[in-house]
Amino acid sequence: MKEEQNHEKAKQFGMVIDLDKCTGCGACMVACMAENNVPFKEDESKKLDSITWLRVYKLTNGKPFPDTEICYLPRPCQHCGGKGNHGHSPCVSVCPATATDYSKETGIVSQIYTRCFGCRYCMAACPYHARYFNWWDPVWPDGMEKYLSPNVSVRMRGIVEKCSFCFHRYQIAMDKAYYEGRGELEENEYQTACTQACPANAITFGDLNNSGHAVHELKKDKNAFRLLERLQTNPKVYYISSREWVRRAGDNYLKTEKK
Amino acid sequence: MDSALIPKGVKRCPTWQFALWIGAAGAVLLWGVFAMLLCWFKGLNQTNMNDSYGFALWIWADLAVIALGGGAFFTGFLRYIVGKDELKNIINYAVLIGFICYSSALLILAIDIGQPLRGWFIFWHANVHSMLTEVAFCLTCYFGVLTIEYVPLILENRQIDKVPFFHRISHNLHEIMAVFAATGAFLSFFHQGSLGGVPGVLFGRPFAYREGLFIWPWTFFLYTWSAAACGPCFTILVTWITEKITKKKLVKQNVIELLAKISGWMIGTYIIAKIIDTWYWAKVTAPASGFNLMDFYSNNPFYGIWILILEIVICGVVPALILITEKGRKNPVMLMTGIILAVLGACVNRWVMVLQVMAVPVLTFESWAMYYPSWQEVATTILPVAYGVILISLSYRYLPVFPQEQELNPEV
Repeated sequence: MKEEQNHEKAKQFGMVIDLDKCTGCGACMVACMAENNVPFKEDESKKLDSITWLRVYKLTNGKPFPDTEICYLPRPCQHCGGKGNHGHSPCVSVCPATATDYSKETGIVSQIYTRCFGCRYCMAACPYHARYFNWWDPVWPDGMEKYLSPNVSVRMRGIVEKCSFCFHRYQIAMDKAYYEGRGELEENEYQTACTQACPANAITFGDLNNSGHAVHELKKDKNAFRLLERLQTNPKVYYISSREWVRRAGDNYLKTEKK
Repeated sequence: MDSALIPKGVKRCPTWQFALWIGAAGAVLLWGVFAMLLCWFKGLNQTNMNDSYGFALWIWADLAVIALGGGAFFTGFLRYIVGKDELKNIINYAVLIGFICYSSALLILAIDIGQPLRGWFIFWHANVHSMLTEVAFCLTCYFGVLTIEYVPLILENRQIDKVPFFHRISHNLHEIMAVFAATGAFLSFFHQGSLGGVPGVLFGRPFAYREGLFIWPWTFFLYTWSAAACGPCFTILVTWITEKITKKKLVKQNVIELLAKISGWMIGTYIIAKIIDTWYWAKVTAPASGFNLMDFYSNNPFYGIWILILEIVICGVVPALILITEKGRKNPVMLMTGIILAVLGACVNRWVMVLQVMAVPVLTFESWAMYYPSWQEVATTILPVAYGVILISLSYRYLPVFPQEQELNPEV
């Protein structure tokens, strides 16, 4: 079926994370898990099968004391636009059942839980390890099911899930705007849970295409970079760091190569 | 007891011995079935896969058995399309081995997916951009073709053949087998290639990613080529094992040598293409992503440069040289060394293109991910082997698989 033509400029929701401000407190991770009903295990010590839509990495410059420096890097799904920003994200193009899709309207990479049959090809394709498989059915401690968000479906065993940029919030905001006779959202009407939870205001979220949104200018910062840009995945998550070694950690370089 | 079912003019072991043999293979099969049920009912938490290893032993096994099962399509192609008539003496077995390999691949896939009941979504919600979609369609179609190729052999059973209806079906199928062989070859060229495309298109994974022609990465062509090259070697290997177990010569040596010679040239040309591909990837493709060749082969406990040498030199160049030369083919030890190395080469190639792809860190602040399979993964991977042994044993006992058997064993 041919997609309906939208004459308004397409939105490109994205994030700018100021790594100079991030303290690594993990509030964004907690907010994300609570907001999106992300399941957890009784024993979370084995991280390779834990689900963390937003994971905070600890980076180090590798130098001995007293030159050691640490940087915390929150990594949500990068919502890649793919080569040429045509929507052929690494994961979207490989999913055999169209269970993950790129929205040309919002720039958000969705995951359709009821269609995913768990082949995990998307996980193999994602260089950011932003996709997680449900190795178990979710089990909530007694009473905790009452705290689950009614806006986000819980996922069953055997399928892949990932950060959605709190897409349900976008839907709710759009419903409200439509009810009020508006076609557009204000910047603060659609914000992700992690953005709002960050006590240091390190995360800024908005429409990268909208000059009225903060991210539009922030992404142009001279210290802004994206992860693995050389792979041409075209992520919509930008990072800012005044430290050169952090920026350099965002991509792979040959030993002989200067940035 | 079952002598009425055994083809005329050939000798088979006593029923009790056969029953014991099937019983032993059946026990292994049951072990695999138990593990399979565990995976289906308890989920993939029964495996040692994790979020770094979404693809692991099973996907390797899938790719490997399909490559090795490539003997069916390529031998069929040589027999029916190219017209190598001598190969009619091994084509039945090549088809049977292909049938086992492909049915095994489908079974493994059914275990490997997290939601097996949704497996049909791959056809219903097909994403035309995905290599896996192409694999699913071609693989299923080709399995259908292999079934059609295998059915006439079943119908040739002494008792079934007595029924005029089945006799005529069998005869007519034989008459038009070239059409199915051509269809099979066409489908195989595509799905073997699509399987190569599965890692080749991963532009987020510099270890796997390859440039290519139009939408097809070079791995697309290399996989088809290597399957056509190494698949017949697997047919020869299984024939050799069968001959050792049955203590009989089943296929004339000139047939084996002809197939080995063609394989040798295929491996030789394939390995030249593979070397060029590896060189270009190491010098151009990977550095463009910021990786040196040795970044993929160092700082980890397992994946050293040895695996590249093993794949390309020991299991590529060496078997090609052995099988191309007449001296190599005439010497039984050299011949089987070449054959085994070629089979191993295809398996190693599929291993690195699945598991090493997962192991190599792409983000600079991540490290190598190592993996070893759980017993459930091992058991379900051995399951198809046991199933293959049983199907081969049944086919060998009751069907005229080897046309030259009677002639080669006249004392019977």
